[in-house]
Amino acid sequence: MTKFFTSSIGQKFFMSITGLFLMLFLIVHLTINSLLLFGDGTLFNQAANFMGSNPVMKVIEPILGLGFILHIIYAAYITLKNVKARPKGYKVTTKTKVSWASKNMFILGVLIFIFLVIHLANFFWKVKFGNIETIMVEGKEIHDLYALVAGLFKGWWWYNVIYIVGVIFLFLHLTHGFWSAFQTIGWDNEKWMPRLKVIGYIYSIIICGGFAFIPMYFLIKYVV
Amino acid sequence: MSKLDAKIPEGPLAEKWSRYKATQKLVSPNNRKKLDIIVVGTGIAGAPVAASFAEMGYNVKAFCFQDSPRRAHSVAAQGGINAARNNKNDGDSAYRLFYDTIKGGDYRAREANVYRLAEVSASVIDQLTAQGVPFAREYGGTLANRTFGGVQVSRTNYAQGQTGQQVLLGGYSALKRQVGLGKVKMYARRQMLDIVIIDGKARGIVTRNLVTGEIERYAAHCVVLATGGYGTIYYLSTLAVQSNASAAMQAYRKGALFGNPSFIQIHPTCIPVLNEYQSKLTLMSESLRNDGRIWVPKKEGDKRKPKEIPDAERDYFLERRYPAFGNLVPRDVASRAAKERCDNGFGVGKTGLAVYLDFRDAVAKQGKKVIKNKYGNLFAMYEKITGDSPYETPMMIYPAGHYTMGGLWVDYNLQTTIPGLFAIGEANFSDHGANRLGANSLLQGAADGYFVAPYTVSNYLADEITTKVPSTDSPEFVEAENNAKVILEKFLNINGTKTATSFHKRLGNIMWTHAGMQRNEEGLKKALVEIDELKKEFWSDLKIPGKMDEINQELEKASRVADFIDLAKLIVTDALNRKESCGGHYREESRTEGGEAMRIDEEYSYVAAWEYQGDDKEPTLHKEELKFENVEVKVRSYK
Amino acid sequence: MKIKLNIWKQANAKAKGRFEKYELDGVDAEMSFLEMLDSLNEKLIKEGKEPVAFEHDCHEAICGCCSLYINGYPHGPGKEVATCQVHMRSFKDGETITVEPWRAKGFPVMKDLMVDRDAFDKIMAAGGFVSIDAGQAPDANSILVGKVDADKAFDAAACIGCGACVAACKNSSAMLFVAAKVSQLALLPQGKVEAKRRALSMVAKMDELGFGSCTNTGACEIECPKSIGIDFIAKLNREYLSASFSESE
Repeated sequence: MTKFFTSSIGQKFFMSITGLFLMLFLIVHLTINSLLLFGDGTLFNQAANFMGSNPVMKVIEPILGLGFILHIIYAAYITLKNVKARPKGYKVTTKTKVSWASKNMFILGVLIFIFLVIHLANFFWKVKFGNIETIMVEGKEIHDLYALVAGLFKGWWWYNVIYIVGVIFLFLHLTHGFWSAFQTIGWDNEKWMPRLKVIGYIYSIIICGGFAFIPMYFLIKYVV
Repeated sequence: MSKLDAKIPEGPLAEKWSRYKATQKLVSPNNRKKLDIIVVGTGIAGAPVAASFAEMGYNVKAFCFQDSPRRAHSVAAQGGINAARNNKNDGDSAYRLFYDTIKGGDYRAREANVYRLAEVSASVIDQLTAQGVPFAREYGGTLANRTFGGVQVSRTNYAQGQTGQQVLLGGYSALKRQVGLGKVKMYARRQMLDIVIIDGKARGIVTRNLVTGEIERYAAHCVVLATGGYGTIYYLSTLAVQSNASAAMQAYRKGALFGNPSFIQIHPTCIPVLNEYQSKLTLMSESLRNDGRIWVPKKEGDKRKPKEIPDAERDYFLERRYPAFGNLVPRDVASRAAKERCDNGFGVGKTGLAVYLDFRDAVAKQGKKVIKNKYGNLFAMYEKITGDSPYETPMMIYPAGHYTMGGLWVDYNLQTTIPGLFAIGEANFSDHGANRLGANSLLQGAADGYFVAPYTVSNYLADEITTKVPSTDSPEFVEAENNAKVILEKFLNINGTKTATSFHKRLGNIMWTHAGMQRNEEGLKKALVEIDELKKEFWSDLKIPGKMDEINQELEKASRVADFIDLAKLIVTDALNRKESCGGHYREESRTEGGEAMRIDEEYSYVAAWEYQGDDKEPTLHKEELKFENVEVKVRSYK
Repeated sequence: MKIKLNIWKQANAKAKGRFEKYELDGVDAEMSFLEMLDSLNEKLIKEGKEPVAFEHDCHEAICGCCSLYINGYPHGPGKEVATCQVHMRSFKDGETITVEPWRAKGFPVMKDLMVDRDAFDKIMAAGGFVSIDAGQAPDANSILVGKVDADKAFDAAACIGCGACVAACKNSSAMLFVAAKVSQLALLPQGKVEAKRRALSMVAKMDELGFGSCTNTGACEIECPKSIGIDFIAKLNREYLSASFSESE
């Protein structure tokens, strides 16, 4: 098994597993976020506070963090090794037609990472360590996360732009990442490959469409 | 004639091989590791034999000029490999395959060898299958078979149109396994320059490392040549451009007899010459004749598109001339029939040197899908080269040089006249007589490699157990190396004006014109003169750039062409000597009134084995009389 | 037609190479790319110049000798082709054609356009076989192989070992090559017996020889002269993972 961790397929396996795990997280994340679109924010606040406080999530949170870290470390390591596998490149860049995303997963990953840092600083950091106003809901005092989100999206148009651009990077990353993860763990064959690609697109559209819709919703609702 | 003892075991035909095996000398397993074997060539005969020796426990050194054994030209065989398994319940048997091979070879092959080939054929398929060769299967999971030219049973196993590739890769994987286990030392990118004979026995070889240019010496207890055929003598042939006759010629110059050099098969279904720069002709598998119908227009010089010519105005000349076998007559017959039509002005295409191979009826009857399943990759290959789709319009085909039945003379042990020097596969002359049956070449190579040479070479080595491997510093090695060096330096120092390829092209032209599909005394004599002139010019006006101690592809070509020139003379000499027509050797002077080939059994029922006498001397002819005790020698008729 | 050529020249494995420019007149559109290079070499030799070293042999897209990266395509433009099947009709009159050798750590350049693909042989020697000696084989019809499996195995077995997959892959990964052999043998009952060992040792050898890892771009299957699909890579992954999780090595 030790060989497995250092083998190319083994490393790719961890990329895929962490990737799939992160894709699951995105579903949960979007589900909660979509509550922003309903009512006056109470629903969202309740859900967000529930996620922030329940013990199961306390356990999952570091795992999630670990998932991110492993995904990033493995990506960097594999990419470095792959670059070394061609010490001298071609003069004429390849004309073989493959999807742009598939060739640029690492760059997309770096861009998403930058976005992630901004995103974490703006939300996660503030929730964990900042002073966030509280409101009373059903007799309990909870963080008014709705106000935080709405404030950001209402206040700075450029934040909306960063957010949407980040989501576009994520979309491209996912279009390749989704089916690629299944391919790498071997859950793929001639029949399923086109299906997985379609499912991957649908998934990416739903996830990224959802995430992109939220800032636009706030822009339209409050600014326009 | 003492030189030519074929050492055929006593007893009835069907028992010879089992008697041989039962009584041959053996080498015990603990002695095998003391014995070294050199195998030159790692194609469908060489790879299996090297692997088999290693499996038995011998130490093997294997050599090939390519970068990997997987590139050997056996890889390009398309149609299939025969095996007498009676899979179709259509009356096949070892005897039947033996009979078909003898008859297909126009009664110029040695009975005992051919029967052995037929006898081991089933085991060859078993072995290949076990190695993971994906032979075509029926839905029930059993082997599928197809029919090939010249026979009336369905006994050919195939893997789409890439049978040679799959069969070769089977042997290659067995070889690689032994390389991994350390029992075979693989020397790729080595060109053999000479054979070293010590005390009358083959003891080693001298090679040129094609990467460093270094001349290297290797010693062993015996040497097995599996170096293939010499069809590239015509320059344009179906062979790979690097296939060559050099190893065989080195053996010949060292005293090994060369058997039937003029027996060269011209394959009927090749893509015709398209331009003057062409360096090679592409074969379209004979299996296409199962479903394709060959025709030319009935009207001379008919320039209409094939589709516009109605059936009544088409001449399906093979079906007309040979109603019993139709489009499936043997290769030599089909080739000559096509040439006859073209020579008389009925040929098609730009040059008039082509006939149609039409799949219209097959597509109509069986559907495009079935045809695609059978020949998809061949059709695609044809379309890539010519730009025409055979589903829509008939293929154009023309004969081209393909396989050499001739080769180093070997006895029943596959040993040449030099003790300790063996020749297997296409490199020897033994099994195909004057014409090879379709799908028998892979069979012969694999049979020799897996199931014949491992026994017969052991029989030889049994007497060598106490012999030490000679030192590569012995005078014989030094001399061989020096001789080889002198020749290579000569090539580099001529510094003339013409490239090796240009000489090869001209040689090919001489050979195709005078010693190709049809031969006559006048043309052959003319060829001798032209070859001599070419040889003189070659040795005085050759230009080879570069140096010896580097990768030098032109230098490699030069030594191949030099050997081809000498071999060309030998071929023509043999063709002149054999005044009969038989199989692929068609002497215009010897034909029936109907224009069919006419054998002269009373005079030529022998193997012509030529002994080298010196560079500018006539070789000496030795005859191995052929005895046919188990078949009735008949006029070969496919009517 | 007339063409301009920009060809990689490198004296030997250690030398520093460079691009050399050539012009060639009188090129026939029906010539194959290799025949065009032949005629260039004929011309160079006559002019007393060093010819271009390149590998070719069968001219039927089956030996796998060709290793030319032409204008950004391994084997040149066209689907399912090796260089021998590329004809000059695919190029325009006056066009500049850049010819490079395969580029990969696993395939060092030996001279000009020749590369050393011994790594593939080493991978094969590590496990690309069925361990059966001559004479041990059971009757071929006693091993029943369904037509679908036999055909699929053949699709994988069609690999010609040219290395275009490595040349096309941005990571110089040899996964398609390894996947083809592992899949072929894993699909057949004869090869299943040692499927696990095979997958493990071939992948280990591939990694050791400096090939990159697969990131599923699919460039390899597009450039493969035999169109071997990357579904075989999924199969290799499956074989490798199951072997890793089940066998105690």
